[in-house]
Amino acid sequence: MTVSTHRTAEQIGRTARGPRPVPPLGEQRASIQPETLDTVLDNGLRLLVVRQPAVPIVELRLRVPFGGTEPTHPARSEVLAETLLTGTARRSRVQVDTDLALVGGELGAGVDPERLSIGGNALASGLDRLLDVLADVLTGAVYADEEVARERDRLVERIALAGAQPGTIARKALQRRRYGDHPFAHEMPEAADVAQVTADQVRELHQKSLVPRGSAMVLVGDVDPQGARDLVNEALAGWQADHAATEMVPLPKVAGGDLLLVHRPGAVQSQLRLSAQAIPRTDPRYPALQLTNLIFGGYFSSRLVENIREDKGYTYHARSYLEFTPRAASLLVDADTASDVTAAALWETRYELGRLGLVPPTGDELESVRQYAIGSLLISTASQSGLASQLISLAGLGLDMDWLRGHPARLAAVTADDVADAALTFFAPSAFTGIVVGDADRLAVQLAAIGGVELR
Amino acid sequence: MPSPELHRYTLANGLRVVLAPDRTIPVVGVSVHYDVGFRSEPEGRTGFAHLFEHLMFQGSESLEKLAHFRHVQSSGGTFNGSTHPDYTDYFEILPSAAMERALFLEPDRMRAPRITEENLRNQIDVVKEEIRLNVLNRPYGGFPWITLPSVLYQTFPNAHNGYGDFTDLEQASLDDCASFFDTFYAPGNAVLTVCGDIEISSAEDLVQRHFGDVPARPVPVRPSFDEPRPTREVWAEEIDQHAPLPALAAGYRMPDPVAELDNYLAYVVLSSVLTDGDASRLQQRMVHKDALVSDLGTACGLFGSPLEARDPDTFTFTAWLTDSVSPDRVLGALDEELERLAARGPDADELARVTARWAAGVHRDNDRVISRTLGYGVLELLHGKPELAAELPARVARVTSEDVSAAAKSLRPDSRAVLLLKPADENLTEANPAGGAA
Repeated sequence: MTVSTHRTAEQIGRTARGPRPVPPLGEQRASIQPETLDTVLDNGLRLLVVRQPAVPIVELRLRVPFGGTEPTHPARSEVLAETLLTGTARRSRVQVDTDLALVGGELGAGVDPERLSIGGNALASGLDRLLDVLADVLTGAVYADEEVARERDRLVERIALAGAQPGTIARKALQRRRYGDHPFAHEMPEAADVAQVTADQVRELHQKSLVPRGSAMVLVGDVDPQGARDLVNEALAGWQADHAATEMVPLPKVAGGDLLLVHRPGAVQSQLRLSAQAIPRTDPRYPALQLTNLIFGGYFSSRLVENIREDKGYTYHARSYLEFTPRAASLLVDADTASDVTAAALWETRYELGRLGLVPPTGDELESVRQYAIGSLLISTASQSGLASQLISLAGLGLDMDWLRGHPARLAAVTADDVADAALTFFAPSAFTGIVVGDADRLAVQLAAIGGVELR
Repeated sequence: MPSPELHRYTLANGLRVVLAPDRTIPVVGVSVHYDVGFRSEPEGRTGFAHLFEHLMFQGSESLEKLAHFRHVQSSGGTFNGSTHPDYTDYFEILPSAAMERALFLEPDRMRAPRITEENLRNQIDVVKEEIRLNVLNRPYGGFPWITLPSVLYQTFPNAHNGYGDFTDLEQASLDDCASFFDTFYAPGNAVLTVCGDIEISSAEDLVQRHFGDVPARPVPVRPSFDEPRPTREVWAEEIDQHAPLPALAAGYRMPDPVAELDNYLAYVVLSSVLTDGDASRLQQRMVHKDALVSDLGTACGLFGSPLEARDPDTFTFTAWLTDSVSPDRVLGALDEELERLAARGPDADELARVTARWAAGVHRDNDRVISRTLGYGVLELLHGKPELAAELPARVARVTSEDVSAAAKSLRPDSRAVLLLKPADENLTEANPAGGAA
């Protein structure tokens, strides 16, 4: 290649001195405990403020439970999220963006079957402006007919785009497989439903559902908590409703069973998606489950990744993780693999699920994930945006900063027996259902041979 | 932002070091940037720089395969690496108790990576899965970063696919790896950055202890990758088997990011004026007023962020077209808006918006140790000046309306590359997410 003489790979990998010992860990300095405030405002909104002044920015998150059982709810709520920031009685769409930009700010809205989320940030000196725009939108969004019509058209196109993404196809199929027709399964509305949504329906949904009681807001940044509380209380004083926000109806438990093969003609890679029932963060067994999941497939040095990626090269992307809804949780296992090794990757995944319960993790495996869980919590909450996102998701479960502070101690207390119990309880292969998306013409014979897959 | 107290020096073996203490967080970021990216990989070996990045995680003299990952993660940390046109980075973010670990792991592979045939074959498989995931099996995979350069540029370093062709990847040999390492992975061709909860003198001691005896090796002379600009509008089309709607990208040459930084920043401001937020020119015109596109963006650099490459760098315009709209209409609207800006630059309010958002964006990047660490490393490597991180907001604020006008004027139709992505026959691409078949 570029030089005529070079060492061999063998020579490069050795030095005269030989291998060296890995240095031990030093002493960990504790995080500074930030000043926090957790209160309920006059309008019923729960507010958490954390002072974290590393940079002169403030991060804002607002979570409004946004459940609904009408078949048209997903389409209406998606159009609402897309048009919420497109103008108020006081501000045009352009003025909303201009006012935010002048304080270095931004706001965005998104919705899923559980909640409407508004997130943003600004220079801390512009918090009053950020709140003023937010309050204006919450109390005065006009949903102009032409904005609704245009965003509706864009949304139909975006649904088509998303529907071509293998990850989206797989998610939709998995949701249907594990939750049937429950509202949680309708994460993306049908294009035909979106096309029918009117501005009046969106305005009505806003009145009914975008309400403060039952909702939570988080501010993290270079702010004085009490001062920020007063600013929010005043700015959002006009955001009122006599009823509380709507929680999603409870989810059924995920039942184990065969995977469903979903045909995607011409696919060169398949999506494996498995799921089983788990427990929420409030369950005393949760810390053990968290660590057990890490050992299985929750980080790079896990059994699943070391097997199907680093040993066998079946995949670039494999992982397992927990998904939380307000009252429950589920366990998910994802892998994307080439068509010719899909069945083999599924076989190894099942093997690792079974092995986790039958050959419980060693002490080293447990200590590694314990340190990883404690350390990654430290790292993810060291930034304003990371802490804000962490707190808003805890707020949705009724948890708070104290839970976060106490979590390292709970992780430290988990024993090998706790992990062995969690492995056998939650990772049993028979507890999982799921889907395989791929080219059925290339997958069916092998999947039929290993069994446990419904070819239909 | 904590005013960064940067400490820069060079070890005897040529390794450049940037120390950036910030005692407000109990976390440390460690990164090593090597001055080699996919523009430097040899013909017939497309994708090799990225494949080699994978191999650097596969063990070194003191570390068995998988040990690197295990040591970082069992210390509570996270890691990754990435390959760019002009550099390859490796990094760890850890609780500060594990700083010395990272300062051990990086030099071990800088000194003596253990590259074996078995690991090479395994990682070729993994990289092919990565390409299937990110490119081949999804709509708009690699659009436009993989294909636009082949339209805008003529020479192999600038024009080829940095992810690589499967045939080239499969031919990679152990000898290619040894040659690549000995040529490009010398300590004098790298920058070490340590950022976060460190104390300068003890960090210096640890850096010397672990990196000091990595032997100096010759540093390759870096070639210029400059080439003539296009003298006409160059068009190309690609068919995407998975895409439901057409998409369009245009690429333009830009000023040299290093030699002409302030000129370059005028394009950064131009990009924001054009597409950053609902009040931006092209969002208003093409998305909201004329509804020509369902989404669009402009960017300095092929990967969405400015100042991550040397010359030549690319200004990109990307749009997802609504079904019935012709590419010519979209390009026509783009050219009209650029001509308007060329005739009369943005007003004071538009510039103030860009400046404030840029300043806030820099603060937010700085709040995350990972982006701060990598930012200092890149600026040291490409500009020899990590302090630029703190200077950039003020320099962006000094960009004038006339500067933006001049930048807009330079984005001429007759010197750009246009790439049109077309969906394949829809009957073949229709997926069936509801299940069934087979």
